[in-house]
Amino acid sequence: MDRGAGWFKLMGTPKSAGTKLLSVSGDCARPGVYEVAFGLKVQDLLKMAGGLDAQAVQVGGPSGTCISRGQFERKLCFEDLPTGGSVIVIGPQRDLFEAIHNFMDFFIEESCGWCVPCRAGNILLKKKLEKITSGKGTAKDLQEIESWGKTIKAMSRCGLGQTSPNPILTTLQNFREMYEAKVRNDKDFISEFDLAAAVKAASSLTGQKLTEAHHE
Amino acid sequence: MNKIKFTIDGKECFAEPGQTIMEAAKANGVYIPALCRYEGLKPAGSCRVCTVRVGRGHMAACTQPVAEGMVVENIVPDLEDMRKSLIEMLFVEGNHLCPTCQKSGNCELQALAYRYQMLVPRFPYQFPVRQVEPVGPHLLLEQNRCIQCLRCVRGVKTTDGKAVFGSVKRSGKKKIAFDRDLAAGLSADAAKKAMDQCPVGALLKKEIGFMVPIGKRKFDQKPIGSEFEDKRS
Repeated sequence: MDRGAGWFKLMGTPKSAGTKLLSVSGDCARPGVYEVAFGLKVQDLLKMAGGLDAQAVQVGGPSGTCISRGQFERKLCFEDLPTGGSVIVIGPQRDLFEAIHNFMDFFIEESCGWCVPCRAGNILLKKKLEKITSGKGTAKDLQEIESWGKTIKAMSRCGLGQTSPNPILTTLQNFREMYEAKVRNDKDFISEFDLAAAVKAASSLTGQKLTEAHHE
Repeated sequence: MNKIKFTIDGKECFAEPGQTIMEAAKANGVYIPALCRYEGLKPAGSCRVCTVRVGRGHMAACTQPVAEGMVVENIVPDLEDMRKSLIEMLFVEGNHLCPTCQKSGNCELQALAYRYQMLVPRFPYQFPVRQVEPVGPHLLLEQNRCIQCLRCVRGVKTTDGKAVFGSVKRSGKKKIAFDRDLAAGLSADAAKKAMDQCPVGALLKKEIGFMVPIGKRKFDQKPIGSEFEDKRS
C-alpha cells in the first residue's frame, strides 16, 4: 500500500494491473494458492505447480474455460483468460468427459429451478452429452448440443444458467477431436434406439435371434 | 413527465418512465410472446419466453425497464427459435397431452406451440412421474402439466391476503405446493379465478373442465398475440 499505485501497476498487463491470487488444484505436484502477476502464461504456472504433463486446464472453475495443451501459451488476465482464481489441472490419466459430466451434474444440482432454460435445459444438455459419450451420438448431436448450449446461455436469468453450458461448449471448441472420435459419422439415424435391446425379452421367449440384417 | 423514446424491431415507440419493455410494447401495440406474465401480477421473469435482445445482451422484457434510446430486437429469427426451444423444453419436461386436457384451446403453452408451429420437440421427452393433487374442495393440481410459471404463487390469495401456493425444492425437482388449510378455505369463485390465471391445465376447477367444448375456446377462435398483430398488418 505504501509503495503507491504506480508501483502496483508496474506488475501485470495494461488492462489487468497488479497481482492475482490463484488457487491451483488437481493433478499437480504442488497444489496451493499462488500470488502471481497478471499476464502469467498457463505454461509457467504449470511449471511452478508441477503439472506440466496436464492434458487440460480448467481456468475459472466449472463455468470458465477448459483449454488444451496447444493453448498453454495463453495468459491469465482479463484480456485473454479471465479467472476468479480457480485453476484446475487435469492430468493425462483422467477421462476428460468424466470431468465434464461432473461439472454438468454440479450445475444441475445448483440450478434453483426458477427459469426454464436453466432448469430444463441443463438436464437435457447432460442427457445429450451422455448420449454422445456412450457412443450413440451422430454428427448432428454435436451441432445440436452446441446450439442448445447457446440457447441456455442467452435465455437464462442469472449467471449460473448463462455459464452452465461452458464445460461442454469450451471443450467442444478446444477438444473437438475428442468429441468427433465418439460420434458415428456413417449414419444419421435415431441412434439411441437399439432394436435388439428393445425386443430382447420377446425374442428370448420366441427363441428368435436378431441378426445385423434386422438393423439395416 | 417526458416520454422515453425507444424502438422495437425498428418501430418507434414511447414509454412512461419506469415502464418495463413488456408494458411499453403493449401500450405501443407490439406483441412480445410471454408465458409467466399475467396482467396485474408482479412479473417473475421465470419462463424467459419474452426474452428480447438489446445490443448484445438478452433480457426478459417483463422485468427490464425501458431506457432512453434502447434498440430492442423482438421478432427476429434466431430469438424466435430460442423462444420456440423454451416452449419445447416445457413440453418435454412435463407430460402435456393436449387432446385429453381440459384446458385445450384455452392453454397459453399450447397456443404458443401453435404460434411457433411446433410439430415434434427437438428435445427427447422426459416422461416424469408426477401426481394429481386435490387442492381444497374446488380445485385440482395437475402436476404433470405444471410449467412453474408461479402465477398461482403470485396470484392466488386468501381473503386476508395470505398466499395459498408456494414452490418447493429446486432444479428439475422444483414443484408447486400449497397450504392445505388455506386451500380448504378457497371459495368456488376464487377457484375459478385460479384456474383462469393458470396458463396451462395445471390448476383446474372441478366440474367445469369441458363446459365449453374444444373448438369453441379462446385460442380456437384466434391465435395468441392476434389482438396486437392483426392491428399492425
